[in-house]
Amino acid sequence: MSQLRINDLIPDNRLVTSGHLACPGCAAPLGMKLALNALGPNTIVVMPASCFTIIAGPWPQSSLQVPVFHTAFATGPAVASGVRAALDMQGQHDTNVLVWVGDGGTFDIGLQSLSGAAERNENMIYVCYDNEAYMNTGIQRSSATPWGAWTTTTPAQFPEASPKKDMLGIMVAHGIPYAATATPAYPADLVAKITKAKAMHGMRFIHLLSPCPPGWKCGDDEGLELARMAVQNRVFPMLEVEHGTRWRLTMEHAGDPVEPYLRRQGRFRHLSAEQVTHIQAQIDVRWQQLMRRMEAEALASV
Amino acid sequence: MKKVMVGNHAVAWGARLARVEVISAYPITPQTQVVEKLSEMCADGTLPARFIKVESEHSAMAAVIGASATGVRAFTASSSHGLLYMHEMLHWAAGARLPIVMADVNRAIGPGWNIWTDQNDSLSQRDTGWVQLYCETNQEVLDTTIMAFKLAESLNVPVMLTLDGFYLSHTAEPVEVPDQELVDRFLPKREASYKLDVDEPHAFGALVKPDAYMEMRWLQQEALQKVPAALDAIERDWRRMFGRSYGALEAYRAADAELLLVTSGTVTSTARAVVDARRAAGERIGLLKVKMFRPFPTALVREALRGVPRAAVLDRNISPGHGGIFAEELRSALYDLPDGERPELFGFVLGLGGRDITPAVIEDVIEQTRAGLRPTREDLWVGVNP
Repeated sequence: MSQLRINDLIPDNRLVTSGHLACPGCAAPLGMKLALNALGPNTIVVMPASCFTIIAGPWPQSSLQVPVFHTAFATGPAVASGVRAALDMQGQHDTNVLVWVGDGGTFDIGLQSLSGAAERNENMIYVCYDNEAYMNTGIQRSSATPWGAWTTTTPAQFPEASPKKDMLGIMVAHGIPYAATATPAYPADLVAKITKAKAMHGMRFIHLLSPCPPGWKCGDDEGLELARMAVQNRVFPMLEVEHGTRWRLTMEHAGDPVEPYLRRQGRFRHLSAEQVTHIQAQIDVRWQQLMRRMEAEALASV
Repeated sequence: MKKVMVGNHAVAWGARLARVEVISAYPITPQTQVVEKLSEMCADGTLPARFIKVESEHSAMAAVIGASATGVRAFTASSSHGLLYMHEMLHWAAGARLPIVMADVNRAIGPGWNIWTDQNDSLSQRDTGWVQLYCETNQEVLDTTIMAFKLAESLNVPVMLTLDGFYLSHTAEPVEVPDQELVDRFLPKREASYKLDVDEPHAFGALVKPDAYMEMRWLQQEALQKVPAALDAIERDWRRMFGRSYGALEAYRAADAELLLVTSGTVTSTARAVVDARRAAGERIGLLKVKMFRPFPTALVREALRGVPRAAVLDRNISPGHGGIFAEELRSALYDLPDGERPELFGFVLGLGGRDITPAVIEDVIEQTRAGLRPTREDLWVGVNP
């Protein structure tokens, strides 16, 4: 199979520089690079507290070559609403406002302000890069942490007891113009979604699965492969939803068993065979729910 | 043009005349009419601004931060718990050196729930880096809203003006509405020194290590220390153009006073009447109105109180476990006066949660201040039935 180079998909406009401060194997800078390649330099980034606060670099440096406004944890969508309003007042309607937020800032502390901005259909692109825990503070569970996972606040004797919050479902329920899942492990799919989102108006939400080797307890070179496994085993299906009703899978999902995915990550090492079976059953149930939902929406829209 | 308007509408008119470009706010009693009036003005086109109707006060402050950082003139208003909910972002606005203006309608903090006035909401934001200006009349509210933008934008510091809940917010007074053309001349369109700009990209608010953080705070402090002189110059311009000014501090019939009442907010007006009556009876009693609480006008306060035998501070607020907050700040400011020139300072706590401060209450304060040689305690509570 011939190798597809990312820069064959889309020119690298070098809006993310080398020398950023991500951990080895972190997928977040790759996600940012692809997103900014698709959006271009006419973009302002709003960035609440997250790993990327560090990755972007300390003053006076910045690894992003577009304007960045760093802000407090809960405020990404609200600050971005203000940036948007000010741009519009100055006639800069074409400037993209990109809100770049982690899972803690999206699923937990920032959910209220995100819901507000979504309900108002604020004209912005919101990317949640989800590494499934508070990684920047040292791997504490968030409501994006999957059932059964070890974190420093869900020790192996008592691992994460709640299923991962259905963030995409919450955003779809707001009826926003565009909601999608993506991962830097499928760069063509990610670029296509950002490009599609860019051409639309209103709240566009992209949920990015972003592997974190230190937090997932995998090798530095395993993250993207694990993310592809998470897609193919239907842990994290690739889909997009327009206007809350038009659902579409954006690739084939092989339906591989989940066990190899779990066994390659230290955060799941403690799981018993029974617990792995439970996780597989949950994945199957959620997939069936997704199929039924897509079918129902398709029938309703006929 | 003279109009009869409540304090909340005076705030809205001030924001309109200042040609604010982005507003974001969340309703809370007794600030609600500010939000309503500004919504009307935006809807009927008399105020061509974007009004972002957010889901909380935390987001309201965040939204005006985003707008201000993008270079436009931004405004919000809140009260009580709403202001407390903004607290984190008040720090962010000031630390980011954004010239945001907000109005706080002073209201007590729960529990128990209380919608009436006291100053604990704004005073508990003392150390956020905001300029704080306490207003006495609706005219002062309107004028101060406009002047606040000039002050904020000249030094890149955010400014909060306050008005007492109900006593001003819901009380109608005749207000001279300044001519828009004159206001435009006084306050031209904002020219941001720094802003989010795709043609000149910068990162704002990034991680700052110990080798530079202190310098950021130092520059902020330097800017705040320029506020008294800047406000004085702005007020002189305002007086020249509109015939009114207020001052960071106002001494009223204070010459030769043996006793000065020290007030802020609407209680000042009641105290003026008491002072007038006492002066008419030949008593040497005067008044010092403190409008600017942050930065604290230490030098002005020292000068105004130097050599005055007694001062009675009326605090419609309490720092639990300490005392009335204006009194404590004044004690600190007066500490360096030499013995013999430092007034005996009586700090009264009164009017909390909207309890009336009537002329009779102020008479009682005067009698207590005259009665003993020294105050019996730092916080003298008036009218409490334990």
